[in-house]
Amino acid sequence: MQVIELGHESITDHSFSADKSLLAVARGNRVELYFNTGSRYELGTTLVGHEKTVTAVDINIFNQIVTCSQDRNALVWEAQKDGSWKQTLVLLRINRAATCVRWSPNGVKFAVGSGARVIAVCYYEHDNDWWIAKHIKKPLKSTVLSVAWHPNSVLLAAATTDGHARVFSGYVKGVDERPEPSPWGERLPFQTMCGDFTDDSAAWVHDVAFSPSGDALAWVTHDSSVLVAYPSAPEQPPRAIVAIASSFLPFSSVVWTNETQLVAAGYDCHPVVFEGTESGWTFAYSIDDPARSNKASEVREQSALNMFRQLDLKGTQDVQTTLPTVHQNAIKTLRAFEGTANVTKVSTSGDGKVVVFAVSE
Amino acid sequence: MSQSLRPYLNAVRVSLDAALCLDNFASELVERHNYPEVEAGNNPMALLNPMHISRNENERVLIEPSINSVRVSISIKQADEIEQILVRQFTRFLTRRAENFFILRRKPVEGYDISFLITNHHTETMLKHKLVDFIIEFMQEVDKEISEIKLFLNARARLVAEAYLVPFDS
Repeated sequence: MQVIELGHESITDHSFSADKSLLAVARGNRVELYFNTGSRYELGTTLVGHEKTVTAVDINIFNQIVTCSQDRNALVWEAQKDGSWKQTLVLLRINRAATCVRWSPNGVKFAVGSGARVIAVCYYEHDNDWWIAKHIKKPLKSTVLSVAWHPNSVLLAAATTDGHARVFSGYVKGVDERPEPSPWGERLPFQTMCGDFTDDSAAWVHDVAFSPSGDALAWVTHDSSVLVAYPSAPEQPPRAIVAIASSFLPFSSVVWTNETQLVAAGYDCHPVVFEGTESGWTFAYSIDDPARSNKASEVREQSALNMFRQLDLKGTQDVQTTLPTVHQNAIKTLRAFEGTANVTKVSTSGDGKVVVFAVSE
Repeated sequence: MSQSLRPYLNAVRVSLDAALCLDNFASELVERHNYPEVEAGNNPMALLNPMHISRNENERVLIEPSINSVRVSISIKQADEIEQILVRQFTRFLTRRAENFFILRRKPVEGYDISFLITNHHTETMLKHKLVDFIIEFMQEVDKEISEIKLFLNARARLVAEAYLVPFDS
């Protein structure tokens, strides 16, 4: 476990570059870039360009940074030779806040979810030297809280507040090559809906993720459950949808580590691992488990002095000011840190620190 | 703490813990705005079902959760007219200093004595479990405070009455 302390202000999103030399952290109206000096991450540049809360940040394989914000804009940042960063405004054509942004795995496109009930799929147009957007509109009826790309960089999953997890085609002619046929579909013109999943609770869907092979989709909802869908064939009902109800607080983020394991984290301040297959999923174990933390016993040992001090100051014996977990507040973003088909480490952020956890028990 | 108060406060604590799962959520309806959805109430998709927790008809809590804010309204026990006056004065004193309490709402929800509005900015800058502790502690203390003031008031009334009636004694 590696804890990167970055002050107290909460972090809305974080992203590591592919070689882990750069860590981008979105907080408030700005994005802070931390550079790996070997032993620690040091604040290098602060990207200032948004005038409202930056909601997401992502770095692609070419070390381009994309940020989006509640001021309805997305910016692409590119490092210049002199160490400065050049910003390019993306013509998103949305009239509400941008909520989330993710680069496609091949790094040439990105998708921006928004409160304007559209997903903007953006790509670079060489002729005009700008980033332009194509909109996925139907049948979105509410804010998009999260987007995730399929490994083939064509399919796109979206999580919305109306309780649906949907899979769309983000195929852009001239940018993408024709994708291999998959259980999600064979012919995939832009905006084709390849899957639409919901359950009875219709709770807000906080996050979606494709499995490493792309043949399964997981999403987390506000009723604290994790759901996994396995598509069968194009236009057919899915082979299986597995719902895992849990007694944790809701999860806000989910990633797959391999085809039979996924990690979710959220308002319980620690990541949780689930394992299973098509026939069933179960809770496996908690990472940074508060029940097994040794912080709780520490508090009890030193409490003789503290007890009287607390009684004197506040009239109460309660000395519990810190949680037994590393994160002291809700985890907002969980990302794969090491590995792609078999993720061995994940990084989390939320309350002013970025923590890298090993997935194994 | 009396035996029936504990389960009541526990229920409030657990409900608050579940309700305070807040996210930064900009308005779907108004461009470039970001307001507490529970106060605006114009987007049913962003609201959750309100929860009532009551110990008896006088002491009850209303928790109204939404995607980026939670409104907690508390009705304080008022057994007689003196307590009614005391509660009114006490809450007035607090709400006039609402900025200093961050989460205190300037005006209580109708039917309740005092309301708190917790937004995602509060849960981001403050520790969530401490916010819950604060509200529970407030609920614990306010009853104690009111009955204490009432006792003082009665004692003082007795003293004053005695002082007034001295000339007639003897």
